[in-house]
Amino acid sequence: MEHSPPPFFKRGPSPLARVGFFSLLSLVLMTGDTRLQYLEVLRQAMAVVIYPLQRLAAAPAEGLGRMGEFFVTQSGLIDENARLRKAHLEDSARLQRHESLEAENAQLRKLLEARARFDGGAVLAEILYAERNPFQRRVVIDKGTRGGVREGQAVVDDTGVVGQVTRAYPWTAEVTLITDKDHAVPVQSVRSGLRAIVFGSGEDGALEVRYMPESADIRNGDLLVTSGIDGTYPAGLPVASVRLIERNSGYPFVRVLCTPTAGVDRHRQVLVLSGPESIPERPVPEPESRPAAKKPKRERN
Amino acid sequence: MPLEPRPQQILLPVKPALIAFTLAFALLLNLLPISGFARWVRPDFVALVILYWTVHQPHRFGMGMAFALGLAMDVAVGVLLGQHALAYSLLAFAGFMLHRRLRMFSLMEQLWQVLPLLLAAQLVVALAGMAKGAAFPGWQYFLGGLVGGLLWPPLSVALRLPRLPKADPDQI
Repeated sequence: MEHSPPPFFKRGPSPLARVGFFSLLSLVLMTGDTRLQYLEVLRQAMAVVIYPLQRLAAAPAEGLGRMGEFFVTQSGLIDENARLRKAHLEDSARLQRHESLEAENAQLRKLLEARARFDGGAVLAEILYAERNPFQRRVVIDKGTRGGVREGQAVVDDTGVVGQVTRAYPWTAEVTLITDKDHAVPVQSVRSGLRAIVFGSGEDGALEVRYMPESADIRNGDLLVTSGIDGTYPAGLPVASVRLIERNSGYPFVRVLCTPTAGVDRHRQVLVLSGPESIPERPVPEPESRPAAKKPKRERN
Repeated sequence: MPLEPRPQQILLPVKPALIAFTLAFALLLNLLPISGFARWVRPDFVALVILYWTVHQPHRFGMGMAFALGLAMDVAVGVLLGQHALAYSLLAFAGFMLHRRLRMFSLMEQLWQVLPLLLAAQLVVALAGMAKGAAFPGWQYFLGGLVGGLLWPPLSVALRLPRLPKADPDQI
């Protein structure tokens, strides 16, 4: 006769077996997430589940902001009004000049049969929260695929490039900031026209230009704008200004440190530009395809 | 100290709703938009609550729940899927193995045993991130674990309150 323990003692698999199972599952998920992209469905589903909590968590800060707006003093409002009026006048003058320049530019481009540049369509989004993740510089914004945000779009504020949308969920999206470690932006120096690539350093307020040869024409204070050759960032957006150049003959490259022009970690509102514009397909590598086409002929002969 | 846990005191049974509510609230606290230095000292409330329930309700709350919460945190934080899930599963396992012993100590003595567990859980998250190629986040990253350890006694007291027996019914 077989002896079985009373049901009171049945606890399922042993704790060691369970922790082994879940650890293994985590490791499989981690490797799957790095190497393959098939886990996006799981991530999207989870994002929808925690979306109410995210909104709820962002509510106190929003509420405080609204309460602050309610208790503004009249003198403060008058001051602000005067300041805004002055800024508006200046801006409208600048805008008129800008419009005429844009018209002229469009005509010139037509003459050159160049494609029209980025048309300026954009979505205003608000930063819900900065992720509690010391490894990456990322923020979550309150617009997702339902609001027209797609992966790969550039995110800017009023003074320059902030980052790039790296994941779009239905109602939220994840933006990787340009200060994220190893995040690259192709740029061009306004003064010399030199093309370079700016990398994030993983610290707030610091960018780095890598692979810059000793002879490169770069100076302190140079403004770097996006060159637009990557098809992600529209051309001509300010990215960074050069802060420090270290020439050390021990290294083949110059060390160039920059400060981002945008308030990468300061603002709450950002603009998601409706790029990336369609870039022409890469030319098909012909030398490889031709021999393959010729081979069958030879066999027939 | 009436709130100091005495092993012989009988508490009311835990309702599943209480566990669910505390976990949702901890997740909410983790998602609060915080920047600057406060970001470093913010404890991982979800890890704390997971540890509390595995120690006090080891047969109601297990590694499966901890794993699911870890996945939620991974998505919310935007890291590799499985980073927090691994750390929380291991944390729940440690809590399960220690639950009989831990409950015999006073809250201040428990603190010194809980603190290394929370720090180890953070280390697991950091190591998983570094294995993928992220840089070492710096020592201030572990401040959150220290603060979390210090929050253990107040948390234990707070989560006992809903379970304290009502006044003796024979008295009235």
